[in-house]
Amino acid sequence: MLEVEALEVGYGGIRAVKGIGLTVRDGELVTLIGANGAGKTTTLKALSGLLRPSAGRVRYNDRDITGLPAHELVKSGIALVPEGRGVFARLTIEENLAMGAYIRRDPDVAADYNRAYTLFPRLAERRKQLAGTLSGGEQQMLAIARALMSRPKLLLLDEPSMGLAPLMVQKIFETIKAVAAEGVTLLLVEQNAKLALELCSRGYVMESGMIVLADDADSLLRNPQVRHAYLGE
Amino acid sequence: MHEPQESGVQHPIMPGNTAITPLARVVRNSRLRFVLYVAIAALLIAAPFLIEAALGRAWVRIIDIALLFVMLALGLNIVVGYAGLLDLGYIAFFAVGAYTYALLASPQFDLHWSFLALLPIGALVAAFFGVLLGAPTLRLRGDYLAIVTLGFGEIVRIFLNNLNRPYNITNGPQGITLIDPLHIAGANLAKTQTVAGVSIPSLHSYYFVFLVCALIAAFISVRLENSRIGRAWIAIREDELAAAAMGINTRNVKLLAFAMGATFGGVAGGLFASFQGFISPESFTLLDSIMVLCMVVLGGMGNVAGVVLGAVLLTALPEALRYAGPLQQSLFGAVYIDPSDLRMLLFGLALVLMMLFRPAGLWPSSIRRRELAATREPSGTEGADVRR
Repeated sequence: MLEVEALEVGYGGIRAVKGIGLTVRDGELVTLIGANGAGKTTTLKALSGLLRPSAGRVRYNDRDITGLPAHELVKSGIALVPEGRGVFARLTIEENLAMGAYIRRDPDVAADYNRAYTLFPRLAERRKQLAGTLSGGEQQMLAIARALMSRPKLLLLDEPSMGLAPLMVQKIFETIKAVAAEGVTLLLVEQNAKLALELCSRGYVMESGMIVLADDADSLLRNPQVRHAYLGE
Repeated sequence: MHEPQESGVQHPIMPGNTAITPLARVVRNSRLRFVLYVAIAALLIAAPFLIEAALGRAWVRIIDIALLFVMLALGLNIVVGYAGLLDLGYIAFFAVGAYTYALLASPQFDLHWSFLALLPIGALVAAFFGVLLGAPTLRLRGDYLAIVTLGFGEIVRIFLNNLNRPYNITNGPQGITLIDPLHIAGANLAKTQTVAGVSIPSLHSYYFVFLVCALIAAFISVRLENSRIGRAWIAIREDELAAAAMGINTRNVKLLAFAMGATFGGVAGGLFASFQGFISPESFTLLDSIMVLCMVVLGGMGNVAGVVLGAVLLTALPEALRYAGPLQQSLFGAVYIDPSDLRMLLFGLALVLMMLFRPAGLWPSSIRRRELAATREPSGTEGADVRR
């Protein structure tokens, strides 16, 4: 579904991503783990069209999408849940979901609100409430629900566990699992390597702009290097 | 680590459940609503005659100018209120519209085009300038954008001031005189008209033209706010990155905001030129940009009714404060403080008081109102739970 080759992304003169390659197959759950500043968020921003790569190629469903802007990628089925959630704080939950369906003009949108509320009953109770007054976990749920409103085939999740209490993180990961069960392909960027590897089938490990390891999630979980560096053992 | 709000406390903020005011009840009843609309229409039509009878003809002129400022404020509201792009050079579009009209309908080049053609042309030229300002500033926000737009406004003014050499285009600081008044259906609006036995002075005729234009501007503003494009502007204002991730073409949508806002300014400028018959670069200073911004902010950013109210009040207030001189004379037998000093002093005081007591504007938009409710809530009784 997604093939990335020799991708380089930089801010001005600084290269944050230094030529990485990765693939995500249809229906897969893939994670990209690594420490702070490794270039994970930059990678996701480039894949979702928010940043222009300086070199390399990105193919999506056998189409070259390198350098396409975000608004075209959303239309072709790639949605991003941004780092730090990025909900529209002064809009209600319902209005946030409506923004998620911005690119759609089909009549099924109404049904998708119900899908979102079934998936996240917590949001249904508060649909008229301002997103900014939600707790961090609820905002994360809203960010995911909002991204799903564009009916993506590939969902890019950037640090969904960031700044959340452990219990809430568990909950978020359960809902991510539920989203994947609906047939959405997932690329998950996480610092919480253990949770991410337990959820996903394959993983990439990123260090200072390069991918240093790529393997099955189970193997990575057993890998002494990974255990030492990311699982705190 | 502990997040207090995680504990499932119900937030009591339900903006939909505001108490029904008597006015809202009238608006919901369709027959009463019709009566209300007819009453408002009658009042708007009678307004110049009533104002002239009560306050004198000078006030009709002030109301005319106020209507032009309504258009300007509504245009700036699109840029600042909806899309959240702080523009301190907005008066430049007013200037562009005014000069477009003046150059094509005055003895300057001996052209006398019809205003029916000139208003759309003025709107288009202003929109072009809007894009011209928007394109290089796409990546700027907040104070940086404000500085660039401020510079843009000054550049336009200085150009108008200096485009009299080597070829005289704008006539420089002397400005352009003898600009054609509006002609509607063969009637020259600069002269008193008699319609069905009622004599309508020039100021009154212009009032009606400006009123129609201001109503159209208000109508377009309301429709835009509730449209797809209006939602896209609001999303950009709230979080530009997230807006892009929603699939909004942020570049085009921002340019459109600049162009739409400029259009309103351009039309208002054309009307201004025809109304005054004379324009010079002096009418388009930074202070005027700031004045329009004040109207938007004090009225209630993002809310059409609030912005209209702000424009009318801020045009009328400085004029009303002129009476401070005669008032002193009659109360104390002498003028102790020069009215013109007092005017700006009181005006500043009014602004400070406004910001203290109605920080979201006189008539805030529902979003701002909700936001204020949300910040006020934690100090209430339920707030104690949230704070725990």
